[in-house]
Amino acid sequence: MATHPGGLTVDTVAEVDTRPVVRVRELTRRFGGRTVLDGLDLEIRENEFVALLGRSGSGKSTLLRALAGLDPDVAGEGEIDVPANSSVIFQDARLLPWQRVLANVVLGSTGAAAFRRGAERLAEVGLAGRERAWPNQLSGGEQQRVALARALVSEPRLLLADEPFGALDALTRIRMHGLLRELCQRHRPAVLLVTHDVDEAIALADRVLVLDEGRITVDTAITLPTPREHRHPRFLAYRERLLAALGVDQPPTAAGVGPASASLGVGPASASLGVGPASASPDGRIATEEVSR
Amino acid sequence: MTTQVDPITTRLTPAAARTPDREPPKPGVRRPDARRRRRLGPGRPIPFGAAVGPLLLLAVWSLGSLTGLLDERTLSAPWTVLTTTGDLIASGRLQESLLISTQRAGLGLAFGVLIGTVLALVAGLSRWGEAIIDGPVQIKRAIPALALLPLLILWLGIDERMKVVTIVLGVFVPVYIHTHNGLRSIDSRYVELAESLRLSPAQFVRRVVLPGALPGFLLGLRFAVVSAWLALVVVEQINSTSGIGYMMELARQYGQTDIIIVGLVLYGILGLLSDGAVRLVQRRALSWRRTLAD
Repeated sequence: MATHPGGLTVDTVAEVDTRPVVRVRELTRRFGGRTVLDGLDLEIRENEFVALLGRSGSGKSTLLRALAGLDPDVAGEGEIDVPANSSVIFQDARLLPWQRVLANVVLGSTGAAAFRRGAERLAEVGLAGRERAWPNQLSGGEQQRVALARALVSEPRLLLADEPFGALDALTRIRMHGLLRELCQRHRPAVLLVTHDVDEAIALADRVLVLDEGRITVDTAITLPTPREHRHPRFLAYRERLLAALGVDQPPTAAGVGPASASLGVGPASASLGVGPASASPDGRIATEEVSR
Repeated sequence: MTTQVDPITTRLTPAAARTPDREPPKPGVRRPDARRRRRLGPGRPIPFGAAVGPLLLLAVWSLGSLTGLLDERTLSAPWTVLTTTGDLIASGRLQESLLISTQRAGLGLAFGVLIGTVLALVAGLSRWGEAIIDGPVQIKRAIPALALLPLLILWLGIDERMKVVTIVLGVFVPVYIHTHNGLRSIDSRYVELAESLRLSPAQFVRRVVLPGALPGFLLGLRFAVVSAWLALVVVEQINSTSGIGYMMELARQYGQTDIIIVGLVLYGILGLLSDGAVRLVQRRALSWRRTLAD
């Protein structure tokens, strides 16, 4: 593809279908006089898990809502090509309080098989037996799991998640990470996960984007073995680099972080680009840092 | 460690947990089953709480009649009313009046609720609907049903049609107001959810709009039931030849306070019963809600 700045054309293994599931061209969105998305380009491929990071107000959610088609009243232009069969997970579980759990899961689906599939998805998220419960009888984490089951019941090709774990406590969030990874491996949708949590992005995604001033300023593949160990030196290197891209100044030798990165010799953020997975990316897609400002 | 059994664990055995712990807590002993009531909020429900007020009223009335504080010509004693009721039932007049009154109220209620709901749906789901419907309904709300009566009599005469239409006019307004309000206060996040799930308009109405507006609708229904009986009183005492209101009007001409009281009590019982019925429906239909009063 023409957009490959590095011109990497490595023919590789497993990935056969390289047609993108999501293709966004020159996307612009404006609120009042403020340009929130400014000529943004984005491609997400089949079964790819992409995390989108950005400071608050950077337009992360605007992009996600544009992809979900939930912004008809927002001014802007651009080309958006997304599969018809895509699902959204919101920050709040957004269950209809007057429908029981199973009815919530199958809300978008019709047909006799819907309830069977809904019950299957509920079992997958560990809520078998709670089909007849009311949403307000569930905990916050359980409600979000129901929302996950609802999003997956139609076997979507694209899953759009807008800070789905933002309202959960830290412990629940870690459990949800494992669950989400597992479910995505089983159902294989392409995922766009909007988050402000750098660790979450590195722990879950195949590729991390950073959105800043309406454009994608960092696009990097994460090549870490799963399960991803937060203390892995390369995890920490990614972390440092993404935090730098987000404009967070880290104390250079913070407890625990310092020695790890020092041992790799990746002190300053720019140096860590060298150990970046860009060159290690197996399939030769955009995996280099691209600063478009 | 000691071999002694922990006092707290013993008290947690099922047998101990089943017997409610009524005695005051001994100092230093934990009360595992002591489920303290919520500090804020109205407290626990009282058994037959709804009957307390009316029974108190009846007691005061009986006391007044017994002591002679209430003159028999001003307000008949409860027992006189009771015997009169017996006479009226024996002669069949009561059943006949009750039947015709219930028919009128029921018919007016049915049409009024239907019209109010449909108007609320149209006004709630489309801006044009709201622009056309909402204004006139608000104007109608400002005009008492009684004030419309002369016009209705001129248009429809004094037969059943006029009576039912008057009740309908009283009933549809509260149903409209509260259903419309309920519709409009459905969280826009649910609308967004419906869009993201690509629900059809029919699915959206059935799964989101109707259940979301149900609490408002049921509140409107409670007001509507009361207005139906109110409107009934008005129409039955004017140019009527049947029904409870007619029976009372006739009694007024002959100075029979006991029959008037029978009518009043009847209206009261009918109102209470129908309100209770709506509340029962409310509790069943809204069991998903956890509110202050539950």
